Amino acid sequence: MTTSTRRNVLRGTALGSIALAAALAGCSKKEEAAPAAPSTSAAAAPASAASGPLKVAFVYIGPVGDHGWSFAHDNGRKALEKELGAQVQTTAVEKVPESADAERVFRDLAAQGNTLIFGTSFGYMEPMVKAAADNKGVHFEHATGYKTADNLRTYDSRTYEGAYMAGVVAGGMTKSNVIGVVGSVPIPEVIRNIDSYTLGAQSVNPKVKVRVVWVNEWFNPPKETEGAQSLIDGGADVLLQNTDSSAVLQTAEKNGKYAFGWDSDMSAIGPKAHLASAAINWAPYYVKAAKEAIDGTWKTGKSWWGVKEGAIDLVSISDKVPADLKARVDQVKAGLKDGSFSIWKGPIKDNTGKEVLKDGQVADDAFLGGIKFFVAGVDAPVPGAK
Amino acid sequence: METYALLLAATLNAGTVLAIAGLGLLVNERAGVVNLGAEGMMLVAAIAGFATAVHTGSDWLAFGAGAVAGAVMAAAFGLLVIWLNTNQYATGLALSLFGNGFSAFVGIGYVQEHLATRPHFAVPLLGDLPFVGPALFRQHPMVYLAVVLAVALTWFLYRSRAGLVLRAVGESPESAQALGYPVRRIRLLAVVCGGALCGVAGAYLSVIYTPLWVEDMVSGKGWIALALTTFATWRPMRVLLGAYLFGGVTMLQFHLQAEGVALSSQLLTMLPYLATIGVLVLISRNPAWIRANMPASLGKPFFPGG
Repeated sequence: MTTSTRRNVLRGTALGSIALAAALAGCSKKEEAAPAAPSTSAAAAPASAASGPLKVAFVYIGPVGDHGWSFAHDNGRKALEKELGAQVQTTAVEKVPESADAERVFRDLAAQGNTLIFGTSFGYMEPMVKAAADNKGVHFEHATGYKTADNLRTYDSRTYEGAYMAGVVAGGMTKSNVIGVVGSVPIPEVIRNIDSYTLGAQSVNPKVKVRVVWVNEWFNPPKETEGAQSLIDGGADVLLQNTDSSAVLQTAEKNGKYAFGWDSDMSAIGPKAHLASAAINWAPYYVKAAKEAIDGTWKTGKSWWGVKEGAIDLVSISDKVPADLKARVDQVKAGLKDGSFSIWKGPIKDNTGKEVLKDGQVADDAFLGGIKFFVAGVDAPVPGAK
Repeated sequence: METYALLLAATLNAGTVLAIAGLGLLVNERAGVVNLGAEGMMLVAAIAGFATAVHTGSDWLAFGAGAVAGAVMAAAFGLLVIWLNTNQYATGLALSLFGNGFSAFVGIGYVQEHLATRPHFAVPLLGDLPFVGPALFRQHPMVYLAVVLAVALTWFLYRSRAGLVLRAVGESPESAQALGYPVRRIRLLAVVCGGALCGVAGAYLSVIYTPLWVEDMVSGKGWIALALTTFATWRPMRVLLGAYLFGGVTMLQFHLQAEGVALSSQLLTMLPYLATIGVLVLISRNPAWIRANMPASLGKPFFPGG
């Protein structure tokens, strides 16, 4: 009895290690060196005592080919190489799971002499905190996180500003006055995007209702398709998604409805359905961070960049969108740029009728970071809410 | 009323991928071979089908390419487990992981490709009927082919001589060999057929259902199809019904969410798996039930003359 049990356990372990080995082998690695530098450059990185280009590493959660989140980060990496040329040398590791493996990857990258390391997923927070504690000479940058240290800082994009502008377009384009969102995971960031989309739509069309389905995953194309199909079957004619693939846009295309690109410009994917893309542009931040690391002015902190800093934009607006609606989007964009317009300004009520922002009150970043309610107009309960 | 018709239509569509893959896996499991590589075969078939559709513009050629891709992978698996007697579970897992990586590798260039506008289908006259028209008769032909396949497979397994032989091989390969049947070749044929059908399912997913290619896009449908064969106690019509049930639960939970009903979507999502465990518990309780429902040599290696 005992032997057979032990054998089963051993077999289980063997299978586990096969799976693990294969998973590790799946993490592909890509290294791209900038063209050889003329070593006359006096601005050698003081962070690493040796001269030569600043070694910058990026860690991605998904494949670069997801055409969404990781793709946008990789575009930022490429723009950094283009902008700073021989001053930087970048490495990217993709498909790193949010597990203990991540810490190993960060430690590895530090050991390989990278002195600026970007971790681009929320779940890398603890691994990065640990890796940063043991590699004081390395600057760590964590996207979407909230924990910092002397050599670990956070950065994020105000994606909700993109969602608001998409909402303006959706509100103007809907004929059924029902628009939908395929949500990934009900965390404040995503709820804030759905709310902002709703506020944008209501700003041009007070009758609009927003419906939401949750996939409970960031990346699952068939499920995203099924969720989008349910929204369309329920009468929604303009869709937004806060997931990582282009499946929702494809589904809208197939059904003759409208949708948006998210994170990256997806205009090529569903030419008929595509209204615009809320595209993140990480390049300005990556260039700034690399410059700071090179000239030794890098300091810890938290950055949350939006339209103002060029970190998010509504791009590739379709010709199907009428000129007055486009003008409205431009107006919002200009207002966000010069600070004369705030999306989250009272009076705002949640969808149970409770006032969350008083008349004239503008939400601060702490308020925005903890949004766990849907605004009035969203026809759905927040999952898990009482 | 209209939304319920659409919900039914979406359920049939969602069930089709699972039904075709599940019926394929049923063929090889009836011959006594478990192939856990379904997910990997479907992924490789999905990229093969998608690439074919991009280059030729023909969806039917794409299904063919998917079938070939699935069959080739299944043949490799068959040679390993049937002739070299490697462990079926470990080999199947390896095949699945290989398919995942391989499809991602060959698919890199296709991530940004998109297919021409997907055609709409409707059965003449019937498609115009109220309620049943949008619910049943505006589907891709593959949806109806899945039903035909389930009926044909039932006939094959229980009414034809070849089906009897296939079942005999799955129940007792020793007896089948004693009667003079080439057990290994029959098993290989069953595995290849299973792979081909998984391939068609994978191609349907990337060409019709979610018309795009991204890495890992099958996202677990292969594993659900594997659970489905057990849930259906290895009967074709039950596989079909189970596929609609599994597909229906997914669509229902999205439908309820879209309607704003406060019901835990996570709870509904796990129901099919709970049901599968329930069926396993039921049929494993006494030997008569196991005998009546499960191919007796399932997962066991066969040594001719040994």
